Parts: sequence; C-alpha cells; structure tokens
Amino acid sequence: MRGELHYDAVVIGAGTAGLVAGARLAESGAHVCVLAKGIGSTHLAPGTIDVLGYAPDRVASPREALSELVAARPDHPYALIGLDTVDHALAWFESCVGAGPLAGYRYVGRFEHNHLLPTAVGALRPSTLVPETMVAGDASAPEPVCVVGSRALRDFHPALCAANLTRAGIAARAVEVDIDVSRADENALGLARRFDDPAWRAGFAARLALKLQADERVGLPAMLGARDPGGAWSDLEHRLGRRVFEIPTLPPSVPGMRLYEILRSALRRAGGRLILGAEVVDAERSGSRVSAVLARTGGHDTRYAAPSFVLAAGGFASGAIELDSRWITHERVLGLPLRGVPAPEQPRFLGDYLAEQPMSRVGVAVDGDLRAEGADNVLVAGAALGGAVPWRELSGEGIALASGFRVAELAGAGAAATTGAAA
Amino acid sequence: MSSTSTPIDDLLRGSLDHCVKCTICETQCPVSNVTPLFPGPKYAGPQAERYRVGDEPSVEWSVDYCSGCGICSQACPQGVKIAEINAQARHKLKRQNGIPLRDRIITRPTWLGRAGTPVAPLANFTLGFKPLRALGEKTLGVHRNGPAPKFAGRRFSKWARGRSGPVSGRRIVYFHGCGTEYYEPWEGQKVVEILEHNGFRVEVPKQDCCGLPLQSSGLFDDARKVVLRLARALAPHVREDPETIIVGNATSCTLMLKREAREILGLEDDLDLKLVSERTYDICELLLLLHDRGELKTDFKPVSERVAYHAPCQQQGHYIGKPALELLALIPGLEVTEMNARCCGIAGTYGLKAEKYDIAMAVGAELFGQVRDSGASTVACDSETCRWQITHGTGLGSVHPIDFLHRAYGL
Repeated sequence: MRGELHYDAVVIGAGTAGLVAGARLAESGAHVCVLAKGIGSTHLAPGTIDVLGYAPDRVASPREALSELVAARPDHPYALIGLDTVDHALAWFESCVGAGPLAGYRYVGRFEHNHLLPTAVGALRPSTLVPETMVAGDASAPEPVCVVGSRALRDFHPALCAANLTRAGIAARAVEVDIDVSRADENALGLARRFDDPAWRAGFAARLALKLQADERVGLPAMLGARDPGGAWSDLEHRLGRRVFEIPTLPPSVPGMRLYEILRSALRRAGGRLILGAEVVDAERSGSRVSAVLARTGGHDTRYAAPSFVLAAGGFASGAIELDSRWITHERVLGLPLRGVPAPEQPRFLGDYLAEQPMSRVGVAVDGDLRAEGADNVLVAGAALGGAVPWRELSGEGIALASGFRVAELAGAGAAATTGAAA
Repeated sequence: MSSTSTPIDDLLRGSLDHCVKCTICETQCPVSNVTPLFPGPKYAGPQAERYRVGDEPSVEWSVDYCSGCGICSQACPQGVKIAEINAQARHKLKRQNGIPLRDRIITRPTWLGRAGTPVAPLANFTLGFKPLRALGEKTLGVHRNGPAPKFAGRRFSKWARGRSGPVSGRRIVYFHGCGTEYYEPWEGQKVVEILEHNGFRVEVPKQDCCGLPLQSSGLFDDARKVVLRLARALAPHVREDPETIIVGNATSCTLMLKREAREILGLEDDLDLKLVSERTYDICELLLLLHDRGELKTDFKPVSERVAYHAPCQQQGHYIGKPALELLALIPGLEVTEMNARCCGIAGTYGLKAEKYDIAMAVGAELFGQVRDSGASTVACDSETCRWQITHGTGLGSVHPIDFLHRAYGL
C-alpha cells in the first residue's frame, strides 16, 4: 500500500498566485489539488491588487506604463504574461469577488487608473484594484480627512498618519476613540470581529460621531468586519453620514484575509482541493518532466502525481528560494535552476537598504510560456518569478494574480494537448 | 538546554528561529480569538520559549490555556512547530506546578471505560445526573455541562472476537481506539464491514489507549508508557509484511500514532513506534487512496439527507486535506455542506475542564452557528470528542463520515 493520489494538476503554494492558478484550473474542469506548507502572503499584504505603482516614477495608468515596461524589459514577468492577460485576470478577479462568500464586498478599479491611497504612516500608495471600503481614501477626494485610531490598537498611530497626509497636501487631523478591550492590546483582526456585530458597531459610531467635523471623511485602520465587511462598512457610512475608508494595517491584514477567503472559496466552489500543512519535501522526475511530488503527511509521505505542476511557493520571503551560508542560491521545492543570480565576483547586496538590491531579481528560470527551465511540465507563478522588484514597483499582487491566471491557461492547454495526443 | 532534552526537542525548539513574527498563527488560533487568558500561539510559543531555560521555573503560565488543537503549526508558512513547542511547555508547567487529580482521571479512557462498561446504566445515570455533576465540578473541576459520552455497556473488541470474518482478502489491521471500544462500538462495526465489503480481511489486535489525552494534558511520562505499549501491541502485526497497514477511525488517535507521539513526546528513536507511525492511515485517507486506484467499490445507493461536514483540527493535522468530503460526494442524493469554522472547542478533554468549558463553548459558537445555518439534519465529523461537543452545542446528531458510506453501501 502506498499513499498516492493522481490529479490533472498540482499547484504548490496557497498565496494569491497559487490560489488563482488552482481556482482557474478547477474552473476549466481540471481535477486540481493545491498543496501548501502553510498560509501564504495574503494575511500579511494590504489586500489590494497593485499592478504597477512606480516605473520608476509614480504611475497614473498601469496599462500605459506597462506597455513601456514590457517593451524595455523583455525578461520582466509582465512581459511573459502579456497585457491582455493582466486585463482578463483583473476582470475575472472582480467577478470572483462578486460570486464569493463576502456579500456586499466589492473591489473597484480599472487597468487604466491607479488609486492613490493612504498607508498607515500617511504615505500615498498607488494601487489598481482595491476594496471598495478603501476607495474614499483617494488623494483626489476634496474632503479633509479625519484619521481615527484607538489605544486598543497599538500598531496604528493616527497622529503620524494625519501629519504625513498633511505634509502631502491633504488636510488631515487625528482623533482617538476609546475601545474597551479585555487584553493589553488587540490586533486589527480582533477588532474586525467586533465590527461584524451591528450593535457593537452602532455604539462605536455613536462615540465617533461626537468627534467629527461637518465636512470630513473618516479613515479607519482596516478592521471594518471580518465576516461581513461590506455590511459593516456601508452601515458605518450610513450611521456617520459621510464617506468612510479603511487604511491597511501592519499584519495581520484583515483585507488580506478577506482576499484569501475569496480565492479559497473560488477554488472550493470549482471543486479544487486545498491541503494546508502538506509541505512538498521531494519530487520524482522522469527525464525532463516532474512526474510526482511527495508531501509530508506525518508518518508516511503522500505522493501526488500529475501531468502538470504549478510552482507558486513564493521567493525569498517565503523561504522557497534561499541564499545559503555558502552564498549559493537554491529553489528549495523542486530544485529548479534560477536566473538573475549575481556572478560570484559581482556584489549581491548594496549598502543602501532600500536601493535596488542585485539579489532582488533572482527567480526561477522560465521560458516565454512561464515553463521552468529543465522541467517541461512545471509552470511558475508569483514571487518565484524573477526579474521584478515588487516592493519598488508595487507590482507583487498584480504579478501574482496575472501569472496565476496565465499558468492556468497554459497548464490547461498543455493537459488538453497531452490528452489529445493520447487520444 | 535541559539535561532531559533529546534531538527531537532540539529540532522543535530550533524551529522557533524560523519565526518571522508574521502573526499568521495568531489569525488562526481559535482560543486566543475568544479569550484574553491565552495571548496567542506566537506569544506563548516562539516568543515565550526563549524564556524557558532548561530546568529553571517557567515564567509564562498562559500556555495552560492552549487547547493543543495544532492549527497554528498547520498554518505557519515557515514551518515553526508552534503547537509542539507549546505542548512541551505545558508539560514543563505541569511538572513544575503539580498535576490536578482531575487530569489524572479524565486522561485515562481505558480505566474509565473498563470501570464504566460493566455498570453502564449506573455510570450513565451518574454522568447525566445534575447534582452529581455539580459535585464533580466542585470537587474535581470537571465542568457540570461538559459533554460526557455514554458508555455503550458492551465492548467493540468483544464483538470483533465473537465473529468470523472472511478468511481471504488483503490483510489490514484495525486500530479502533477507546471511543469505539467503550462508547461507540457500532462505529467500529461499520469500519470493519466497509473494509470487508472492499475485500479486506480485518485483524483486530488487542489494544489500549494511544496516550493522547495524557499528552495533551501535559502528563508526558505516562503518555510515553501508554503509547509505547500500544506500539508494541500493533507493530508485530505489520512488521513481516510491508503491504499491511493499520487503519483507524479515531482521527486524533491515529494522528498521535503517526506524528504527535514521535514529535511531542520525543520518541523518534523507538523502532516499534516508527513502524506503526509509517503504516498508520486514517480511515477516510485510506478509502480515498483506494478510490484513486479504482479499488473502492462505489455501489452506493442514494441517501437523501442534508449533512454538515466539519473537519476536526486533529484530522487537519494529518495534512491530508478533507478526504471525507471527496468520499461523501460519491454518495448520490447526499447534500453535503462544508463547514468553514476552525474548531468545535472541545480539543479532547480541554472543554471538560471547569475553568475551560466556557472558552470551549465560545470557540465552538462559530461552528455551531454555521451548522444551524446550513439546515443540515446531521453533522459528520471524524473525531468522537468533537462529535459529542457538536451535539452538545447544536442539539443535532453527529456521526463519523463513514456512517454515510455504510448506509449507502446498504450494509
């Protein structure tokens, strides 16, 4: 007896890229399994889909800026994905939110336009497709901003946020509202659960209303509901009689958790499986193809065999790509070749922390169809792709969404071709 | 490091250096989300562990409120063994502060079962009699409303010994656990009949508790003795033939054999336990593997019923997804809704303890609400203590998923 399961496609990684790839493959009728060591970056990121924020100047229209970027940088992930795919992926995602588990929660945005939204420190961040609950924070809105915080949430400093917004030319001030918590402090998720409760919300709104001035819009840390954010946000706007917006927080990110729920349920609705905790520990190869991966299941490992695999396990941040103590870089899941690694005599890091670090462009070597070098049936999506610098470009979620979408098209076509050849 | 540390202790403890404080475990912890008494897995685990030095007194007490559900370890993207670190910390705390009599009693299902079975009517009356339960709460600290199972009054192993199964077929070893032995012998009968229907010849070795209740209450020395006794009992049945496996329907007990005893109790080097660990399968895991090979009979008759399925935390700890859902989907007419709440709250014996009962019920509230909203008439769940808790919290009947397979087979 051997623990062995067969799928049409196995996806490794449950971040945005992996879940999108899994959901799209399942929607195309494939029997899909998503294996992940743990939960991915969704719970840490702001939950917005940032397509392209800087190139290197601040981008107003991602579509226009991307056409220039892919022309100049044929090795950039977006050049391999293609602009039409980005467009289709954004449209699919919006519909996915609509059909998802969070009734009344929507994403708003267009490929041709970046919103300019405040961060927790009051910087302005360009972002393409964002939760409707954040839109009123846009820098172009005329009303002055009242940034609301609470001592219960220690990681959010409304005065700092308001001061920096003011410096950026947006009239802003800060107020604090008392929230009674039974522990020393609470994170955004703990508070979001309270906002799910209409009675609690009403009490909060009544206390906050006393502190507001007539024409202000209200910025709150992103904690307006975990289970019913659409309802909580619109109820708060109604009660306060003004526009209200969420500002992304330090982790845990409540909008990021909502994004995870939306994608996870899209995968489940389409019949895909998700197995958390199943770390891929080994792979079996036959020639230039991966025939199966082994995942840790306690006691014995389980073998997952498939004609096609998607690697969406992330990059350095998730540990899927590592730089070891002998200065050698590895892709740890399938042992795939990397590209973009600085030559031995070249500098790997620069003294300026926020500079474009040479190591930052490292990724799994792929061809024009996102196929891993040396593994014909492995497609690569998300942060495992090299050639981008997501934290400078503000492109991480856009690349994750669009590459996840694209590899599902390619893997589906590949599987169909295999089946066709067999028939 | 403590003089008692073993390589596996060091491995668990070493994993805390991979913690990047991302808080993903904190978003998943069912306990810290409902009570300030437990500040969360990251705080009590990778952070507080740095202050637990060798045999010096523990400085952090909240870890006693960790229920040991293991969701944190499953969610951690960096592979930190959070739940396992916390289990060891709980053991250290118990060693330091002494073990309440209650924890010595309710962690012994074999003793309780042997004592209760011959006098089942009286024992069941006692467990259901409110004044006595109130007394039990005052004197022992077992909550008066904690969901206590009913003794069946007969033992599964007696049924198994008294019947003659098929003489041919693939050998398989059945580990039934204490829940089936003393409280729900009919579940074991269904497992045996389903396996026989699929061409297996089922062997039921003499067996006792796996030690999980002792382990989760921090009584490690006793837990080691108990699980090794079980390993000695099961290993000889699979040693000779590499094709023979052990299957169990008590999902938390099979997890104990597969992984937890080796990792948490530091028994990585025991060869019998290693063999048993490698060969043990959860019943739904096995049936799905068979289905994948085209070897599971699918002569299912329609069952028209609406069922809510909850995958218990310990089942999720097998890292095999939710095979029960795939199996239930094979039954025509059965309408299955997947629950999306993390935990029912009971965590073995956690929710029976007087000081933790309210926390367990608060943890379960989300699941109970989802079950009620689903409109299901029955709940399917792989773990017996979770089923008792779900029935306690919802008033609905709850069964192991294999119950539906058994019915659909018409056995």
